[in-house]
Amino acid sequence: MNAVKFLYAAYIATWTIHALYIGSLVRRSARLRRQLKELDESSQR
Amino acid sequence: MKRAFPILAVLTACLLIYAGYQALIVAPTDALQGDVYRIIYYHVPSAWTAFLLFFINFIASVQYLVRAKPSTKRAANWIALAIGIVGLVAPFIPVVAQQLPAGMRPSAIATTIVLIPVFYFAIGKWFPGQALDVLAVTSAEVGVVFCTVVLVTGPIWARPVWGIWWAPGDIRLTSTLVLWLIYVSYLMLRRFSHSAQTHMLAAALAVFGALDVPLVYFSIWFFRTQHPQPVIGGGGSIDPRMLQVLLLNWLAFLCFAFLVCWSRYRLEALHREVEEEQALESLNGVPQ
Repeated sequence: MNAVKFLYAAYIATWTIHALYIGSLVRRSARLRRQLKELDESSQR
Repeated sequence: MKRAFPILAVLTACLLIYAGYQALIVAPTDALQGDVYRIIYYHVPSAWTAFLLFFINFIASVQYLVRAKPSTKRAANWIALAIGIVGLVAPFIPVVAQQLPAGMRPSAIATTIVLIPVFYFAIGKWFPGQALDVLAVTSAEVGVVFCTVVLVTGPIWARPVWGIWWAPGDIRLTSTLVLWLIYVSYLMLRRFSHSAQTHMLAAALAVFGALDVPLVYFSIWFFRTQHPQPVIGGGGSIDPRMLQVLLLNWLAFLCFAFLVCWSRYRLEALHREVEEEQALESLNGVPQ
């Protein structure tokens, strides 16, 4: 059965989903750290 | 602990590369399906990991619900212990064993049920108070990601093997989709509801949502379905070399899931810290 393209598609889909999720974690983490820094600066003023 | 994360990340990356090499190149080719069967090495470990994470979410939610009242917590502890003892013994009683569907091994049932009190007491000990809620949201979110992988790779595998992308009305496929929808609803509830009761409501939803996990798992025994029998603890069979690669890939995915959960857990803790700071800030800003 010549269906290797489906294997590649599944492989790419798996890692694309994980990469997108890890990307969202990195983005959320950066936003929260920025917010925390802003809060610290405003409390020092 | 912070130093351990990069070391574990490197080790997990090496394990994932090695497991991927075993899955795509070393494992023998299936006589019927050809190389496309190798999707099993991503599809099945992702499903097992998603089930485990939803199970952790269920235990953390139960612990969160019962923790407020000591008498309820004591009763829940005894129930968890009783489930473990009954689950360990009952599958081996001949009358009960005869009732099990063909191919379902009593040892597999006993092992699965014994995990309930083991996880229940371990999570209760290591995640006190609000940490239970943080663990619940972490495991649900990462579980949804793995369940998404299952729902995407399943149809990609089904198309060349069954000739269709999706078997409408198939209980295994439908119950998995329902499971995914329940946990997406759970995450939506947590994201968009800001009531004081949100955490309790989410925990209650998680307890009911978890009931779908055994339905997904056991559906292939109790209903006629297009989906094949499980390869471990069930009626399906698999070449030992393929099984070895499958378990290696599951180990790699478990390590990966652990690291992702760790990051998500820290993120949730940071999120709560920011919320507390914002609340303090707004209180300080209020004129006395």
